[in-house]
Amino acid sequence: MGRISKDDVKHVAKLAELEIGQKEIEKITSQLDKILDYVAEVSKVDTEGITPISHILDIKNVLREDVPKKSITQESALENAPDEVDSGFKVPKID
Amino acid sequence: METYYLTAHQLRDKLKKKEISCSEITKSSYRRIEEVEDKVNSFIRLEKESALLKAKEVDALIASGGSVEDLTGIPVAVKDNICTKNITTTCASKILKNYVPVYNASVIEKLESRNYILLGKSNMDEFAMGSSSENSHFGPVRNPWDVNRVPGGSSGGPAAAVAAGEAICALGSDTGGSIRQPASLCGIVGLKPTYGMVSRYGLVAFASSLDQIGPLARDVEDCALMLNVICGHDENDSTSINKEIPDYRSFLKPDIKDLKIGVPSELMVEGIDGEVKEKILKVISMAEDMGAEVEEISIPSLKHALSVYYIIAPSEASSNLSRFDGVRYGYRNTEARTLRKMYRKSRAEGFGDEVKRRIMIGTYCLSAGYYDEYYEKARRVRTLIINDFKKAFSKFDVLLSPTSPTTAFKIGEKTEDPLTMYLSDICTIPVNLAGLPAISIPAGLSKDGLPIGVQVIGNVLREDNILRVAYSLEKAIGFNDRPGL
Repeated sequence: MGRISKDDVKHVAKLAELEIGQKEIEKITSQLDKILDYVAEVSKVDTEGITPISHILDIKNVLREDVPKKSITQESALENAPDEVDSGFKVPKID
Repeated sequence: METYYLTAHQLRDKLKKKEISCSEITKSSYRRIEEVEDKVNSFIRLEKESALLKAKEVDALIASGGSVEDLTGIPVAVKDNICTKNITTTCASKILKNYVPVYNASVIEKLESRNYILLGKSNMDEFAMGSSSENSHFGPVRNPWDVNRVPGGSSGGPAAAVAAGEAICALGSDTGGSIRQPASLCGIVGLKPTYGMVSRYGLVAFASSLDQIGPLARDVEDCALMLNVICGHDENDSTSINKEIPDYRSFLKPDIKDLKIGVPSELMVEGIDGEVKEKILKVISMAEDMGAEVEEISIPSLKHALSVYYIIAPSEASSNLSRFDGVRYGYRNTEARTLRKMYRKSRAEGFGDEVKRRIMIGTYCLSAGYYDEYYEKARRVRTLIINDFKKAFSKFDVLLSPTSPTTAFKIGEKTEDPLTMYLSDICTIPVNLAGLPAISIPAGLSKDGLPIGVQVIGNVLREDNILRVAYSLEKAIGFNDRPGL
């Protein structure tokens, strides 16, 4: 125990937009602590002068001609909407 | 006549010679599904009605002189994180339980152009996060070799379906071993192509820099012919490689005489089961007998692969899965009165425990104050791993290792301890970090009658080498056991 506290877990849950019940906090804290403790071993690796990578391919920004193409219709974009109004997605009051 | 245990290339030949119809093939596969699906639970959804209709269409096409190509009329299972137009695609999650894609993944378009038969959508670990296919909203998948054991994961459904004879072949996805590890535990062949060879358009994203779609089948030849169909550039995927696709079947030669095979010692020691090790050593001596040069090699940075993966994959996942907010699609909690509460409750109720755990780890690793220590550091060590692989491939054509450190474990055995579960990916994860192609083929059975798999890893874009070695070893090993289901 010690890498992550219950307060940290509550903070991270807020950032991740996840509601976590009081009862779960304890269990999650101890599981995350164990996992983070394991993966933190990377901090001991000497990476002096090593460039961090995010993709294995030498990828460049891919551009295409600015020609309009067919895309899905507004109707089908709304097909999976939990709630809709006036051809838009309806959500509860924004707080 | 039952055809469910034949391969796609055998069935293609029979269809060509008009010895059998596509309807007969499809009906046989569904008969098998009815027989064993209760025991394995490898499907989330079956598409029997539309499949039989499609089979009739294909038969009419063939009768009127239409050509029989690879996968024409072949019953295929598709992992449920690959979007199928107008057919529910759930990712085995409550949050997408009723999600019906309005478009096909690019791989599905490619299969459809060959007139394949979609049997149904396969069960899996929720959002492909897991190594046992126990993390499914639709119940765990069971291993056809022993239904009290896991089939591996996350493509446990596709692997179990192919092993049990429910599907001729299947499409899965592999982020840290999710095709190869279940293939190994179920005694079939699974291949993860070079990152960028198969379009990810329409694959629900888990970790975008690691995810890759690939085939699961009962032999190496079927994997090669599936690659022929699914590989290729796609403008809808900005990471798609724009290169000419070879005929992958042309590499299926039982000859490895001039090849150099490296055996990374880091993948052969810690935690590897004695029986697994023994089998791999036997395969190594077979390779030597065929004239390959085999040598042990040390790749020190592989020791850190698991840590790097469990920082990078959850980080990418936490970002990718932020789209599930109950606004545009998926599950929504309808009691929350404000937007934020709706987000939090929908996500809390819609995601399972493992998915939440990874979102939390990823969010933490990317959060202010920890980003440099975890995410940035992991990306640097990932560079080291890639460099080390490059060095290894300057000396060797392929690398060989176990696919999984153990045979299939018992259902429930590792669910309480996530870290122990993570360790079952130790041999497969390094491959994804470096974007390499790799294949798992059956090496034989343990004393308990459980399959053991051997992994062949190739350099970037060297699918030719792994297919050649896998095909040669497959012939030498001669594995033809079937689960007694």
